[in-house]
Amino acid sequence: MTKQITLTVNGNVYTLEAVPGEMLAMLLRERLRLTGTKIGCGEAECGACTVIVDGEPVLSCIYPAERADGKTLLTIEGLSAPSASLDTLHPLQQAFLLYGAVQCGFCIPGQIMTAYALLQHNPDPTRDQIRAALKDTLCRCGGYPSIENAILAAAEALRTGRPVQPPALPASSRAGQVVGRFHLRPDGVEKVTGHAKYTDDLVFEGMLHAKVKRAMVPHAFLRRLDISRAKALPGVAAVLTAEDLPGEKTHGLVTYDWPILVGVGERIRYVGDAIAIVAAETPEIAAQACDRIEAEFDLQPVITDPVQARRPDAPQLHPNGNLLKHIKVRKGDVDQGFAEADVILEHVFHTQMTDHAFLEPECSIAVPLPNGRMEIYCGTQIPYQDRLQAARALGWPEERVRIVGQLMGGGFGGKEDIAGQIHAALLAHATGRPVKLLFDRRESLLVHPKRHPTQIRVKMGAKRDGRLVACETELYGDTGAYASLGEKVMTRATTHSAGPYEIPHVRSDCYAMYTNNPPAGAFRGFGVTQAAFAIESAMDMMAERLGIDPIEFRRINALRVGSVTNTGQVLRESVGLLECIDRVIQAMCQVSGLPRRELFKPRPVPEAPHLVRAWGFAAAYKNTGLGGGAPDKASADVELYEDGMLQVRSSSAEMGQGLVTVMRLIVAEELAVPPERVSVLVMDTDLAPNGGPTTASRQTFVTGNASRYAARALREAITATLAEKYDVWPEHLRFENGMVYVNDHALGLGEVAREMKAMGKLPRVRYEYEAPKTHPLGAGGDMHFAFSFAAQAAEVEVNTRTGEVRVLRVIAANDVGAVINPLGLQGQVEGGIMMGLGNALTEEFIVENGQVITDRLARYRVPGILLTPEIISIVVEHPVEAGPHGAKGIGEVSSIPTTPAIANAIYNAVGVRVDRLPIDQEEIVRRLKERAALSEQTLES
Amino acid sequence: MTPLWDTYLRPKTLAEALQAMLTAPKPLAPLAGGTDLLLDLQQGRHPPVRTLLDVTSVAEMTRLERRGDQLYIGAAVPVARLTRDPLVVAHARALTEACALIAGPQVRNVATLGGNVAHALPAADGTIALLALGAEAEVASLEGSRWVPLRELFLGPGRSALHPERELLVGFSLPLLEGNDASCFRRVMRPQGVALPILNCAVWLVRRGDEVDDIRIAIGPADAVPFRATQAEECLRGQPLTDTTVQQATQALLEQARFRTSPRRASADYRRHLVIFLFHDTLRIAWERATSPPS
Ligand SMILES: Cc1cc2nc3c(=O)[nH]c(=O)nc-3n(C[C@H](O)[C@H](O)[C@H](O)COP(=O)(O)OP(=O)(O)OC[C@H]3O[C@@H](n4cnc5c(N)ncnc54)[C@H](O)[C@@H]3O)c2cc1C
Ligand code: FES
Ligand code: FES
Repeated sequence: MTKQITLTVNGNVYTLEAVPGEMLAMLLRERLRLTGTKIGCGEAECGACTVIVDGEPVLSCIYPAERADGKTLLTIEGLSAPSASLDTLHPLQQAFLLYGAVQCGFCIPGQIMTAYALLQHNPDPTRDQIRAALKDTLCRCGGYPSIENAILAAAEALRTGRPVQPPALPASSRAGQVVGRFHLRPDGVEKVTGHAKYTDDLVFEGMLHAKVKRAMVPHAFLRRLDISRAKALPGVAAVLTAEDLPGEKTHGLVTYDWPILVGVGERIRYVGDAIAIVAAETPEIAAQACDRIEAEFDLQPVITDPVQARRPDAPQLHPNGNLLKHIKVRKGDVDQGFAEADVILEHVFHTQMTDHAFLEPECSIAVPLPNGRMEIYCGTQIPYQDRLQAARALGWPEERVRIVGQLMGGGFGGKEDIAGQIHAALLAHATGRPVKLLFDRRESLLVHPKRHPTQIRVKMGAKRDGRLVACETELYGDTGAYASLGEKVMTRATTHSAGPYEIPHVRSDCYAMYTNNPPAGAFRGFGVTQAAFAIESAMDMMAERLGIDPIEFRRINALRVGSVTNTGQVLRESVGLLECIDRVIQAMCQVSGLPRRELFKPRPVPEAPHLVRAWGFAAAYKNTGLGGGAPDKASADVELYEDGMLQVRSSSAEMGQGLVTVMRLIVAEELAVPPERVSVLVMDTDLAPNGGPTTASRQTFVTGNASRYAARALREAITATLAEKYDVWPEHLRFENGMVYVNDHALGLGEVAREMKAMGKLPRVRYEYEAPKTHPLGAGGDMHFAFSFAAQAAEVEVNTRTGEVRVLRVIAANDVGAVINPLGLQGQVEGGIMMGLGNALTEEFIVENGQVITDRLARYRVPGILLTPEIISIVVEHPVEAGPHGAKGIGEVSSIPTTPAIANAIYNAVGVRVDRLPIDQEEIVRRLKERAALSEQTLES
Repeated sequence: MTPLWDTYLRPKTLAEALQAMLTAPKPLAPLAGGTDLLLDLQQGRHPPVRTLLDVTSVAEMTRLERRGDQLYIGAAVPVARLTRDPLVVAHARALTEACALIAGPQVRNVATLGGNVAHALPAADGTIALLALGAEAEVASLEGSRWVPLRELFLGPGRSALHPERELLVGFSLPLLEGNDASCFRRVMRPQGVALPILNCAVWLVRRGDEVDDIRIAIGPADAVPFRATQAEECLRGQPLTDTTVQQATQALLEQARFRTSPRRASADYRRHLVIFLFHDTLRIAWERATSPPS
């Protein structure tokens, strides 16, 4: 007799058969279809799977389902009625929305359930108690301050019975009716109720499960591959190898150098290389089949770093060798510059490899259609690229593939490359059935491209008065096994390697090298994160040598309107760097109560003098848009329906950053309707036109503009129609509050749509927007159409005994051109700082001899709420003429100065200059001890 | 990938549990919170099992009560309870502090002290606290049950003296405080670190005026098994607490401890450096607590 278990979930009693090995999360998700409970890691690290069992929060991913027998459970779906609207949600759900705590949304069910349990025990928690409760519930979008504020607001509402008080968030100084003001996300309600569907939440009739057999050796030739035992396993539907590829053999975003499957006799370049793919009736069978695949390798010497890769005797990994690209920036004559310099400083910095660790691991579902087409459901930052690459692999015309982008649990650049899309499509094609390929956390960590580890030598020359006269940088970037976006990323690292300063003589050389490490590609900051750490540390070192205040030193050299960048671009507008710097100084003095000259001095904590505090500062800039001569386009459709609703469509990606809100607000503004009347459809290559890649902080600008111009064109079409019909001057038409007024006659937009149709006109417009032209590196002129600027100050506390570093406060000023979506901006700033903080203190993707050490979230340390500093965000608005309402990018620049500001603060506190990331507390102690020993020696002698 | 288990048993009494150990399909492992075991099984660090014996409903193992002059803590009591139970807070402050630092609340709601001890890692937080508190452990098998001093349970890193398919840890017993004794637990981590600390330390002591009447010091990881700094204890026992005696104790501790380098966590040198501050802090706090009247 099979064993039964009975459990009560959200008030419903279920009696189910016990399944050996089943965890509660799987029971909830797969058998009860309660997919609000998320799986971010499956290893008890992230908290996304938190549910409440008998009143206590537990991690359902490591909770045996059979243990739940007889227990009462509450999941996110049980917090409010299935049809709840904003007003009828649970106060926690309302508050998470109102406070902007919801970005990609993947962590949110776990956050809310954990918070719910806290408030059950403690209706009036302090901030510290909230932090203790959420200690291990990770949010990679990093909205911890918003989460904390939301919980406080919800607690108050629950205690008092009053509605949740919304936050006081200032509007943009350039706000319109809608744009620049406080509005909620269009996808927010579903994200707080658990009804939001991410790819893994979908099921299709007859769906198979895929698994990839990976090489797990970093460098080898595949000598033999035997899939017969895998094929023989009952339940296996297909096993494919390189021999079965119907179309192109490789994929890639710029260079097609990444084998879809490595064939016998071919080269394996990193542990994540795929050698076979399996589709089976269950994930377990697919995994078993993979274990039965036999592979033999001729192992080759492993190239572990880019400097080694450039040695002449190193094995060559690609037909063109190990050099992906030598990137050069030349301005003036550096030799002359150094000859003029009074002080010259040279230092080498190292940055580590890091992982995006988006909370939602990659998932793709390929569905073959009876009409011969293929649909691919996935979370992707570049839907049209996925379509192209999947079609190439299948040997099909592009239009035969449809990418149906799903909600994404974070991307940060890590979902630009192909993950499982092609493999799933090949298996679906071979079997004629839908195929799901879901990565577990380990596979996600092993496979997708990382942030480039980089070695950066900076040589800088300055005059006594603080003017920089020369800067020379040399970078080695480890692009790993495949190109991905390596060339672009390292170009950005190189062009930004002299910082946001005007320097007459600049020479930069970068060698982007192939190695046998996991590929490196796009990651928020796109190379500039690495460059900023080096140059902003060097700026502080130089200021000290010159005896000039580090901020004054930056002010002297800062880019401003009229400056010429090191690529020869004249900045004609929208350079808010000085204002960012000045506003941060002001805020630093204000919050610390210190006079300006004391800010960077060490301050021992009186009652515990081994704890030393100090501020540190850094500035940054980051291009908006692809630049470098690449055509930068996005298309958008805006359509009016007979029910008076509008829809804006573009296949740009929403990965949590809030593009959908931006699109909605912009369209609502143009047509003077309440934002709720505008729905947004993104990431569908059949239904929405190409928005281009979601990278380089470009979407607010490019797709924002496309949406705006499309909306404007629709407005003009409406105007023309009505003017004709009612025989009035177009100027006499007014768009107001969701209505169109023709003289004194008011028409609803639904009516307008009907009238247009009656007159044979489609109430729908497509607009293709092309951003201002740019020029390639080396050609001079505008390499980018806009730059965002930022300054940050971080206050740290260093424990001189243990070397531990705490970041207490971060003040961030960002020149974003203009704010379109204040709540979204707040999330980008908080999240950016948290990512910069992780980059400084906790994160290191460790690869030893080509083997990945950090293949679990338990080993890759993403910052949690306990590490969250107080964040003070200052918005600076220097509009860009061509931007939508003046806006430019924010997604990346908000993250870039954090790491160097922390490193500089540590130096200011204890005199230890960190030139290698992440900052290692043990190293700080070692250096402090060395120094103490040295000064003792000097005393003795 | 075969299922992590075939047979899942949830006995209600110790007798049932022990009987199940005899009859259930082998290999078998006792399962408490599973926060170590299930991950070890999933990630291949623990050999596969057929039976999981869930001990979290065993009555004898979920008790938390005063027994004469002892505090009894069932091996399967979730550590979250130990962070707030008034008896534990009053009499085993070091244990409260250690348990409050283990993972996050969701893990603490299922993780147990029994699992923490049976996993036998030299720096498990709960274990180090129990060691300083002078805990004894009740070990049961079909042959009967016996009390053993905690230290005797450990053979090496990750190796306990328990027979995994025949013996169960039932609970722990700690002497109740008498008014002039106190304890403290402290640790040093890396930010967001891997589950185990770089170094932890627990101190229990009895204070008589300015003298240390009795003391137990536990540190992890400072040896292959959870470490008692017995020589440092010798230096302090019956002595006034002065800079000199503390200095001597520290020397003794450094001589006795065997610090290792854990790659990517901490070097032996760093631990030797840290232990001085950590030990002094923990000792000082325990000492100060011992003066204040029991709350
Ligand atoms: C995210 C995370 C963070 C963590 N942080 C910490 C930390 O900060 N400090 C720390 O010390 N630990 C930490 N741990 C480890 C773990 O949570 C603790 O060691 C916990 O106390 C183990 O208890 P458990 O009940 O889950 O044990 P289980 O996993 O159920 O069992 C562990 C072992 O003990 C055996 N066992 C369990 N109970 C008995 C019994 N009664 N008799 C005989 N054998 C038994 C099992 O067979 C198994 O071999 C962390 C774990 C995670 C996942
Ligand atoms: S999925 Fe359970 S903790 Fe991450
Ligand atoms: S909103 Fe928390 S991970 Fe994205």
